Amino acid sequence: MNAAVDAGAIPYDVAQVRAQFPILSRSINGRPLAYLDSAASTQRPRPVLDAVEHYETHLHANVHRGVHTLSQLATDAFEASRERVRRYLNAASSREIIFVRGATEAINLVAQSWGRPTLKPGDEILISSLEHHANIVPWQMACAATGAKLVVAPITACGELDFNAYLALLNERTRLVAMTHVSNALGTVLPVARIVAAARDKGIATLIDGAQAVAHQRVDVQALGCDFYAFSSHKLYGPTGLGVLYGREAMLEAMPPWQGGGDMIRTVSFQSSTWNELPYKFEAGTPHISGAIGLAAAMDFVESLGLQRIAAHEHSLLAQATDALSQIPGITLHGTAPHKAGVLSFTLKGVHPHDLGTILDHEGVAIRAGHHCAMPLMDLLGVPATARASFGCYSTAQEVEQLTRAVHKAREVFA
Amino acid sequence: MELQDLYREVILDHNKHPRNFGRLDPADAVANGHNPLCGDKLTVTLRLANDAIQDVKFEGNGCAISVASASMMTEAIKGKDRASVNQLFDKVHALLTQQDAPSTDLGKLAALSGVREFPARVKCASLCWHTLNAALATADAASAPAVSTE
Repeated sequence: MNAAVDAGAIPYDVAQVRAQFPILSRSINGRPLAYLDSAASTQRPRPVLDAVEHYETHLHANVHRGVHTLSQLATDAFEASRERVRRYLNAASSREIIFVRGATEAINLVAQSWGRPTLKPGDEILISSLEHHANIVPWQMACAATGAKLVVAPITACGELDFNAYLALLNERTRLVAMTHVSNALGTVLPVARIVAAARDKGIATLIDGAQAVAHQRVDVQALGCDFYAFSSHKLYGPTGLGVLYGREAMLEAMPPWQGGGDMIRTVSFQSSTWNELPYKFEAGTPHISGAIGLAAAMDFVESLGLQRIAAHEHSLLAQATDALSQIPGITLHGTAPHKAGVLSFTLKGVHPHDLGTILDHEGVAIRAGHHCAMPLMDLLGVPATARASFGCYSTAQEVEQLTRAVHKAREVFA
Repeated sequence: MELQDLYREVILDHNKHPRNFGRLDPADAVANGHNPLCGDKLTVTLRLANDAIQDVKFEGNGCAISVASASMMTEAIKGKDRASVNQLFDKVHALLTQQDAPSTDLGKLAALSGVREFPARVKCASLCWHTLNAALATADAASAPAVSTE
């Protein structure tokens, strides 16, 4: 990491950042693209595209198998990517870095491999009202299989975790606290260090869903002290189809594999098999090698920009957009926590979010309209859906203005 | 494609002032429709007489396209027998999905022709029709299952 960069010594040149994202120069419906859907998926910068192409054109073979040169090169590149991820998260060991398909699969892995053998009838899994379906449904499945119970910590009116209510829900039956780091629907940043510390004090395991966090702030899993941390590559400017589960080594060691196949075994006979060591025990089958290489390049890219500088840039856009949109008559902003990432969820009176999404798209503005895979949260907010604008390292003040103009346009259409 | 092709006056009007909005009680047939993509939910209730739709109401929560489509549907099918409703369904379905589908004999429903230029919105417009079909299909059953366009 680069202290000078993170200290903000160098001004943030968003034009230079954008120049590295080829897709951002295209137009949509004859208008410049304003891509404000980075919370759903970020775009890929040139260094990531180049790293993947270099791998595909020079290095590809299957990993952990061949004695031939290419297989060794591919294995080296793949394992170097794992080490890159370890550094990004400041994990103690690369044995704690499991490559999976995405944050969703990472959480499912824990629910299946840790949850099913561990949970007993009456045990409790504690989540928050802010969770994405990916951090709800796997636990419901584990609960259905084991007789454990899913408990939901409430949020306050502005969309923060009700911390006292959370503390009150921790009890001797709680086996796991599984919470998001940053709410995908509202942008709320949860106090994960305090959440984890309170759980650890009671000997409760912790999982943090970092899908919305890793591109916007530094994550240090050792400082955080969580047992599991999950995220997706494609929300961190890396390729789709790849995610990471960080797991504390002692936890992972104690867990059985969750998928069987090649790579995850040490010996196989028709009577029985023995498992490979970490992390391979959890990586059955040929992994997404080029994805891992792209993710490593994305981490280099993000750290070269500086996570603090990216966050500061996104915060200024969030402030600008919050200010501009809140002045539009009929707008309701959903989620107004003091500590938020670059996510702005809103509804416009008399205009359904889906119509808003279509009209904004017509103006070149790409936002998400829907329930954001957080139906229970939408129920709490009393809306079927919201429109959500979200920012990335390449977002600009002009795009926020384009968004604001487009929302005005939607009001005119539905006047 | 232009926004006005999608959000025509008649659609905006039916969205703002949906006709036959509410619930028939008692009803001879009920079905719930749900489009999980955007959260659109609607309920269609029917009263049937001699194989004809004597009365119809809908209620629910959705985007302008789904509300207007449902509102116009209720106007179009009231008093019609099942065979005519089936014919109308086929015509509307073609209108929503086929580039050169004719909009003759469709009356107000022809205003939905712009939807086919916005593929993400076709399910919004067709949700009410699928829900109507579900209600008709289960008209004689004690309870109707939910249908989904996803």
